[in-house]
Amino acid sequence: MTTASKAKYETIIGLEVHVEMNTRSKIFCGCSAEFGVPPNTNVCPICLGHPGVLPVLNREVLNKAMKASLALNCTITQDSKFDRKNYFYPDSPDAYQISQFDKPIGQHGWVEIEVDGYTKRIGVNRVHMEEDAGKSTHAEDGSSTLVDFNRAGVPLIEIVSEPDIRTPNEAKAYLEKLKAIMQYCEISDCKMEEGSLRCDANISLRPWGREKFGTKRELKNMNSFTNVKKALEFEQQAQEALIDSGTEIQQATLRWDDAASKTVVMRSKEDAHDYRYFTEPDLVQLEIDDAWIASVRATIPELPAERKARYISEFSLPSHDVEVLTASKRVAEFFEASVATGADAKTVSNWIMGDVLGYLNSNNLEITDVPVKPEQLGAMIKMIEEGQISNKIAKDVFKDMLQTGKDPQAIVAEKGLVQISDEGELLKIIGEVIANNPKSVEDYKAGKERALGALVGQVMKATKGKGNPGLVNKLILESLNA
Amino acid sequence: MSLLNASIRDLHTKIQTKEIKPSELVSASLERISATDERVKAFLSVHGDEALARAKQLDDVPADAGLLYGIPGALKDNMSTKGLPTTCASKILANYKSAYDATVVTKLNDLGAVTVGKTNMDEFAMGSSGENSGFFPTHNPWDLTRVPGGSSSGSAASVAAGQVLFSLGSDTGGSIRQPASYCGVVGLKPTYGLVSRFGLVAYASSLDQIGPFTQTVEDNAIVLQAIAGHDKLDSTSANLAIPDYLAALTGDIKGLRIGLPKEYFGEGMDAGVREQIADVIKTLERLGATVGEVSLPNSKYALASYYLLAPAEASSNLARFDGVRYGLRVEGENLIDMYKRTRAEGFGEEVQRRIMLGTYALSSGYYDAYYLRAQKVRTLIKQDFDQVFENYDVILSPTAPTTAFELGKKSDDPVTMYLNDIYTIPVNLAGIPAISVPCGLSNGLPVGVQFIGKAFDESTLLRVAHAFEQAKSFTARANL
Amino acid sequence: MSITVKDVEHIANLSRLILSDEQKVKMADSLGKILNFANELQELDVENVAPTTHSMPLKNVLREDEASTWLTQHEALSHAPDQESGQFKVPAVMEG
Ligand SMILES: [Mg+2]
Ligand SMILES: [Zn+2]
Repeated sequence: MTTASKAKYETIIGLEVHVEMNTRSKIFCGCSAEFGVPPNTNVCPICLGHPGVLPVLNREVLNKAMKASLALNCTITQDSKFDRKNYFYPDSPDAYQISQFDKPIGQHGWVEIEVDGYTKRIGVNRVHMEEDAGKSTHAEDGSSTLVDFNRAGVPLIEIVSEPDIRTPNEAKAYLEKLKAIMQYCEISDCKMEEGSLRCDANISLRPWGREKFGTKRELKNMNSFTNVKKALEFEQQAQEALIDSGTEIQQATLRWDDAASKTVVMRSKEDAHDYRYFTEPDLVQLEIDDAWIASVRATIPELPAERKARYISEFSLPSHDVEVLTASKRVAEFFEASVATGADAKTVSNWIMGDVLGYLNSNNLEITDVPVKPEQLGAMIKMIEEGQISNKIAKDVFKDMLQTGKDPQAIVAEKGLVQISDEGELLKIIGEVIANNPKSVEDYKAGKERALGALVGQVMKATKGKGNPGLVNKLILESLNA
Repeated sequence: MSLLNASIRDLHTKIQTKEIKPSELVSASLERISATDERVKAFLSVHGDEALARAKQLDDVPADAGLLYGIPGALKDNMSTKGLPTTCASKILANYKSAYDATVVTKLNDLGAVTVGKTNMDEFAMGSSGENSGFFPTHNPWDLTRVPGGSSSGSAASVAAGQVLFSLGSDTGGSIRQPASYCGVVGLKPTYGLVSRFGLVAYASSLDQIGPFTQTVEDNAIVLQAIAGHDKLDSTSANLAIPDYLAALTGDIKGLRIGLPKEYFGEGMDAGVREQIADVIKTLERLGATVGEVSLPNSKYALASYYLLAPAEASSNLARFDGVRYGLRVEGENLIDMYKRTRAEGFGEEVQRRIMLGTYALSSGYYDAYYLRAQKVRTLIKQDFDQVFENYDVILSPTAPTTAFELGKKSDDPVTMYLNDIYTIPVNLAGIPAISVPCGLSNGLPVGVQFIGKAFDESTLLRVAHAFEQAKSFTARANL
Repeated sequence: MSITVKDVEHIANLSRLILSDEQKVKMADSLGKILNFANELQELDVENVAPTTHSMPLKNVLREDEASTWLTQHEALSHAPDQESGQFKVPAVMEG
């Protein structure tokens, strides 16, 4: 707890994460659950809450919720059921949300995170199924609100953590791990920008050693993992300042204002809701037997933790590399396919962690969004290993590959980037460089090692970077020492 | 008039032999409605053109036409009918037209039945007199100064007035049986889950059930046969094979064991009702049934339990009427103000009272003492019935403690009004079926006897009701 | 059980209803009467009784995950009291 222990107070964070499941149809009606279609086209009398309609549960939603629960090490509630959560809001078509109250599908699980050099288990209090609401768009002049019900009834699981998180970094690591698990299980693509993963956070501070929790405040409206971290950091400092100034912290709901980089109070405790939960009479009891649970468990693929262990033993990679590589199933699959071409695992790992993820992150892309194939990365690494191109050239070649998806051989040939490994050709250039740089030669002979670098640089410049760097080094030394 | 007093079976024969055409029968129904409904006010909307157009399409009768083919009927206005109004007799839905057909409507249409209109009711099925309609009260065809009962007031009255051969009502706490009793017609509340609720605008989802009103038990069996059955659009619909209900009408009830709950024969029952019921018992014994006293000790808590549970579910079910997607909207200063004005103006007094009551029963701090406790009492009530049915085939009681009362007489005190449902409510809480059959007159007003049966044993109910009907032969009709 | 006008105001707000002062008094009175009547349930011992939420014990009613279309955007909006750009239009939502 290196960062936390420096703080004056202990920070207690709990996260509530809503994940939209990628089923074909909605949770209680046959409308498509697809994202990004024109407003109010994926709607029917059921998800518009017309008089007289009834819900029927989508089997796939239940199976996926069980799968998610099991992947998060939860116990399945074998006598689960649905409840109504009553509240008025224009995007809630029935003015109640069908959710789960006292019998969530999964309970008492955990997730293991690795952050700031330590690993830690974060408890998962519960996983429950519920329906999403529609989408409200508020007019800028504050005169009206427009509602699109395409999202109403899209299946969600809500994952509620225990208050086990102690730092904003842990919170971010927990979210990344949740996302990885959901993606591995093919439950959701977890795109925060599309709203398929949403996160609310509860945060409170307490003096070190005290058992009783401080008054918590709830943070909403954070639309990226980075913003979750930023909002928690901001709130951590804000609460610390309040406590230090002797101000009692009031329970409240705040939203993250990204533009202003601060939290803003949405509502205070006084107008807290009374949701009047009761068992949904229109849906029947769930009774899940052991065989059903086992059959769902059998569909769970290798999860990040297992894959991590395998990479460490199979490829002898450092723990940090493996954490990064396994954070996304697609990245991990890309890594494995690259290695399968015969390229060195650590080299592949370096390329993925550096050039690939760097490019994806700065362009906000997924690995499946770029045309480059893992086999092409493997082939390029082999070209380096075989001395056909230098590392430096490879960087440019790879940039091209990321954008065009062309084979590395083709790019190298097209741009004439093949490395010069012909000793005669190189010796001719080296001779010219030595002749034209007597000062550097003198310096070198006087023991200034740096002068060697200057000479190598001149040779590389003359070869337009194509000189085989190892060979150039060797030949210059031979010429100078001759 | 005479045509509409025939049985469905007789009319079916006439349709098959081309003695009458469906369009003639539907015309007769529409004529009867225009001749009488200014006085009865059973209908909220009559769709004469649509019904006639449809009937004409049916005039070429196929050889395999079913019993309901070409038969005119009516629907309580809380059942969705695509493109037609479904108002629940509420101002909040005054201009609403359904986007789809209820499953019962689809089933009736598929069989060639012709629904001529939508009937009046207590708003959102909340009431026992028909006076809580948001538009106008229905009058009892037997005595226009009296109530028809409720909440399926118009459905009961339309059959009693000979306007249609059958109608559908919904029964949450007695809303089919009590008006059937007041109007001198047969009304059946099926077992919860026998008839799909898809398209029935919910009052209290765990109690609501659709059922038929008819002049005779046989007609009732015919309509029940048409609407019963599993529906994958209703999660609470039972997936069971449906028996042949007509085959149950054997007239033979020898050895049938009938229980008389002693708690149902105490105070509060009119002398005239008591007399008629005593006569029913005698008739049934004469037919060979055995009668014994039984006890349903927790039934006395049924009313209190019901008036917490039903409003609680209703408070949630009726929350969707918010002026956002359909129905009435009364503009306000902001969204919440719009909600409040819309709902305050759209809902009548009794609906608002039950929404408030239900909200209270579910609200933080009161849930355990009211809602949860009422659900536990519901368990006790259900167990009482289970115990009696270990030794008895049916339970007999009056349907209501009195005959139809005068319009405007009881409206002021909600608790007194709720007492009308004292014999019918326990049945809904237990989810079991019951039928009300006219058994005689008291001061010229019909009295109904209620038979309560085991879950999904409508056959036995219809059998005993039919045997009684044949023996007692209640042939009186409202004189309009 | 006595229900005060203040109770009525609170429940009316939860129920999204507005009542006139006269209606509030009347509502407090009738709710009080009904709840008084309902108080007879308190005399029963229900300590070890399970609640009944559904009268018929059905389990695991599920539908297959198949998508289909039912309404067009036009049909969906045809009932709307107010609409704009293919969406349902409502007065501004006050934060809270
Ligand atoms: Mg939630
Ligand atoms: Zn839908």
